[in-house]
Amino acid sequence: MKEITKLKEELTAMVQAANDLDSLEQVRVSALGKKGAITAQMKTLGTMDPEERKTKGQALNALKDEIAALIARQEAALKRQDMDARLIRETVDVTLAPRPDYIGHIHPISQTMEELVTIFASMGFEVAEGPDIEDDWFNFTALNFPDGHPAREMQDTFFLPEDPDEEGEHARKLLRTHTSPVQIRYMKEHKPPVKMICMGRTYRSDYDMTHTPMFHQMECLYVDKNVHMGHLKGCLTDFVRAFFEIEDLPVRFRPSFFPFVEPGAEVDIGCTRAGGELRIARAPSETEQNWLEILGAGMVHPNVLRNCGIDPDEYQGFAFGMGVERAAMLKYGIPDLRTFYECDARWLKHYGFDPLKRPNPATRS
Amino acid sequence: MKFTLGWLKEHLDTNASIDTIAKTLTNVGLELEGIEDPSKVYAPFHTAYVVSAEKHPDADRLKVCIVDTGTEKVQVVCGAPNAKTGMKAVFAPEGSYVPGTDMVLKKGVIRGVESCGMLVSEREMGLSDDHEGIIELPVDTPVGVPFAEIMGLNDPVFDISVTPNRADCAGIYGIARDLAAAGLGKLKELDIEPVKGRFESPIGVDVKTETNPLFLGRYIRGVKNGPSPDWLQRRLKAVGLRPISALVDITNYVSLGHARPLHVYDADLVKGNIYSRLSKEGEHFEALNDKEYTLQDGHTVICDGSGVLGLGGVVGGTSTGVTGTTVNVFVESAYFTPTAIARTGRALQIDSDARYRFERGIDPEFTYTGMELATKLILDLCGGEPSEVVEAGALPKWRRVIEYSPDYCLKLGGVMVGPKEQHEILRALGFLVTGYEEEVWAIEPPPWRGDVEDKADIVEEILRIHGFDNLPAVPVRNEHSTTQVAETKSGARARLARTALATRGLEECITWAFMQTSVAQLFGANDNKRNEALTLLNPINAELDLMRPTPLPNLIAAAGRNADRGYPNAGLFEIGPGFISPRNDGQLLIAAGVRAGNIGERHWDGPQASRPVDVFDAKGDCLAALEACGAPVASLQIGRDADGWYHPGRSATLKLGRNVLAQFGEIHPAVLEEMDVDGPVAAFEIYLDNIPDARAKGTHKPSLELHPLQPVSRDFAFIVDRNVEAETLIRAARACDKRLIADAQVFDIYTGKGIEEGRKSVALTVILQPKDKSLTETELESISAKITDAVAAKTGGVLRG
Repeated sequence: MKEITKLKEELTAMVQAANDLDSLEQVRVSALGKKGAITAQMKTLGTMDPEERKTKGQALNALKDEIAALIARQEAALKRQDMDARLIRETVDVTLAPRPDYIGHIHPISQTMEELVTIFASMGFEVAEGPDIEDDWFNFTALNFPDGHPAREMQDTFFLPEDPDEEGEHARKLLRTHTSPVQIRYMKEHKPPVKMICMGRTYRSDYDMTHTPMFHQMECLYVDKNVHMGHLKGCLTDFVRAFFEIEDLPVRFRPSFFPFVEPGAEVDIGCTRAGGELRIARAPSETEQNWLEILGAGMVHPNVLRNCGIDPDEYQGFAFGMGVERAAMLKYGIPDLRTFYECDARWLKHYGFDPLKRPNPATRS
Repeated sequence: MKFTLGWLKEHLDTNASIDTIAKTLTNVGLELEGIEDPSKVYAPFHTAYVVSAEKHPDADRLKVCIVDTGTEKVQVVCGAPNAKTGMKAVFAPEGSYVPGTDMVLKKGVIRGVESCGMLVSEREMGLSDDHEGIIELPVDTPVGVPFAEIMGLNDPVFDISVTPNRADCAGIYGIARDLAAAGLGKLKELDIEPVKGRFESPIGVDVKTETNPLFLGRYIRGVKNGPSPDWLQRRLKAVGLRPISALVDITNYVSLGHARPLHVYDADLVKGNIYSRLSKEGEHFEALNDKEYTLQDGHTVICDGSGVLGLGGVVGGTSTGVTGTTVNVFVESAYFTPTAIARTGRALQIDSDARYRFERGIDPEFTYTGMELATKLILDLCGGEPSEVVEAGALPKWRRVIEYSPDYCLKLGGVMVGPKEQHEILRALGFLVTGYEEEVWAIEPPPWRGDVEDKADIVEEILRIHGFDNLPAVPVRNEHSTTQVAETKSGARARLARTALATRGLEECITWAFMQTSVAQLFGANDNKRNEALTLLNPINAELDLMRPTPLPNLIAAAGRNADRGYPNAGLFEIGPGFISPRNDGQLLIAAGVRAGNIGERHWDGPQASRPVDVFDAKGDCLAALEACGAPVASLQIGRDADGWYHPGRSATLKLGRNVLAQFGEIHPAVLEEMDVDGPVAAFEIYLDNIPDARAKGTHKPSLELHPLQPVSRDFAFIVDRNVEAETLIRAARACDKRLIADAQVFDIYTGKGIEEGRKSVALTVILQPKDKSLTETELESISAKITDAVAAKTGGVLRG
């Protein structure tokens, strides 16, 4: 049995000396392989008498197991050592910038218009469209603008050459000064109930600090047999509160005048001007409550309904309109109207919206 | 429209506070723009006595005054030539806000002498332009009394915005009527007895145009036209009018008080009779606003034997204007039609108080009352003897009856107002209601309410007085709710394209829909036969005169501007209209985009992080947006017929048959040069309307096929002619076995060493997807050979050795 003890010492020393996986494998082969030292000893067992074979066989098997376990332990240790070395080798400077990712932005006007669609869709309104190039009839006459109304003049409205293939007021081409002609187009095609919104580009001949020759409007129309001013107030109140995301935002209706509505109203929302800063909000007390005009509204004028072939004795409804830029400026604190159209990349990145953060239709209105 | 509280109270018997009046004005539709209370503005200023005024030791023109303010004696350095010992003046203490100079007064040392406050001039008080000297008050003026009190400047001024339908509220009496109806007091009745004429007017009148239906005149002889009395001057000044002379001030007083413009002529300067007619081209006259006008045809003019005296209802002329020496005056009270006045005023750009009222349509009946009111005031203030009234034309018909059921207020307004209250409101506003006991009332609006035509107008009258605050708020959320989507097809496409493009790193812009013709011509506007029809007749400036054919040029220019600001790598897009005709179908919805300069920024990871933009960036943007909009991207054909503003060798169209969905490419270097923008600029235009509607396939996606066997890839490198396009190779390879070949892509293009001039090496990877069993080596070799042969047959390409 002496030689077994000796073999054990030799093999143990070899395993411990193996300092990488390759040499460990060599040790394994030289110990446990087909021509290995232990295997060779095993082969001698056949020549022994049963008694001797038994004791020696047991001892050899024990040695085999012991060496195999030793090798496995050494292997694990070597692998761990390799991994540690690899991790050190692979270490980088994590303070370096990542590879850039470029994401653009949605223009505040688009974002605002999508918000409007989302809010009104949740209230059962449908979107309608109309052309930017309109004619005198759709833009003015049908909307009850009297002849000689200042808006019909060159100083306010952009005109295009007459269309030789059209007659009268339809020949006088112009850029729509408001989105209201879409009401006319829609009501000429759809019989009540009509419940629609439209929005888009509008044009007026004005260019200064607070006016641009092109701007955007949104318009809302609801006509049915019994739609009254209370519905107008309810719809508008729901809308401005949803839009400005202020649940108790006060809303004020004032009598006013627009040719295409009767009765007509201007609508103010509550604001505060504490410290010279304008904020859309309910003021803590009535005396501190300031008001900000936000849109024009009213009951569709009977003449407008008649012009669309709708009997005003049977149907009635409300309409209102709002400037999209102004709404966006108030909601998002954008100070200057003219910057909306300058395409300054710095402005677009700053005031624009992440395309993944679009209006959430799940918002309750 | 401005008025003072005192003036209002001349017509309205009320105890209402300023705040209540202010609130009520807005509530009834006369929106309050502001209130100015002079007693507050002038609160710091008091009368004072100049105890002594001595020459300043170090300045010839300055005086050192000791001023008794009533509570203390202070030292003031004053530069006014009229400052003298013993005078009464107006003292402004340090810390007070001086309205005329918009400054807060500080204690100062002037040439070594301390000055604690100031003696003020009229200009410094914002009362006039007079800065000749300080205000000098009568010597018997008590000391220490508020300045506003001494000057009678304690009448608050209201400023309201009057909507164009309310001509009646262009007069203070009309405002008083609305406030009385809203419960703020009692409207005082106008008690105007017609003045009896003592003689026949030596000047006759006539009307020779329909734009002037009624003309009244009266001759008053022996008047004395000096300055008007203080009370009248103060009222006019308070609302921003300059007092001129008693006669002129009286016409202004009636105009502001009753929305009844009048005119006065120096009767001795009138030649013959006065009449109205339409002007003829070339006639001219000198107006009272110190301007000379040469007229076109068709303006309403007032004439005498000598020619044009003035523009009826707009502005009078100097030739017959009243002066301090006028002794005989001829008073005009006439009615002019609103449209004619508006046209004339606009054509000649004259904004006058008369035009403002006439063009809104004033009370025709008041033509008579106004004449009597003016006569009475002239006789009271200027003396004289009146003639009988001469009259031409006829009162325009204004009476109309509106059938109205009181139930309609609830139906249209949604608010219950009892018939009694409705009746009271209407009566207070001057409406005549008959048949009050009946179900349907007959309502006659008063002559000053030409705007009320319909039963909806009646509801408005009732509601605005009853109060819009009382309207209920009824939600409409659930009415006519539908399962249909709310947005339109083009709205949805715009939204999807917008998301796709912004996600790819482009910034959304919105630019003018009109542009400069010369630039538009680089983008096909020249080829557009309707170009002329799309040119604005009155552009805001010459650079914005043509409806744009496409948003693209605006974006290229914007990229150039960003580069000029130091940001050369702009990526921009816009979704908006392009115009090919003024017809409704001539407006296209285009998604256009540009990338300028470099993609990416320099980065430690290597040179690939930043490279110049090229056609493939535009192609990628274009396809991403098309795919987002539901276009059948896999079936699109590539055309080499992009428009001329693109680089001919680096651009293409994407089509389905003849339908062009989009074009993309690098912008033609010559176009960039013309626009003075540095290249390269890669761009695209997508015609969103041209995308075919997706076939209605329901909401199911096609079922997913997962192959259990691994795909195998084989790479090939072909030497082909330089002109052979990748697409040809790929199609040839794919066509070999459509069932087995899942994909084929070019992964490398090589020219240079080892490749013949005019040829290139194209490396292709082909993915084979075995379906039933693994492919054997023989099968693989066979399909490889087929691919090689097919590519050779289609392109003449040979495998690279």
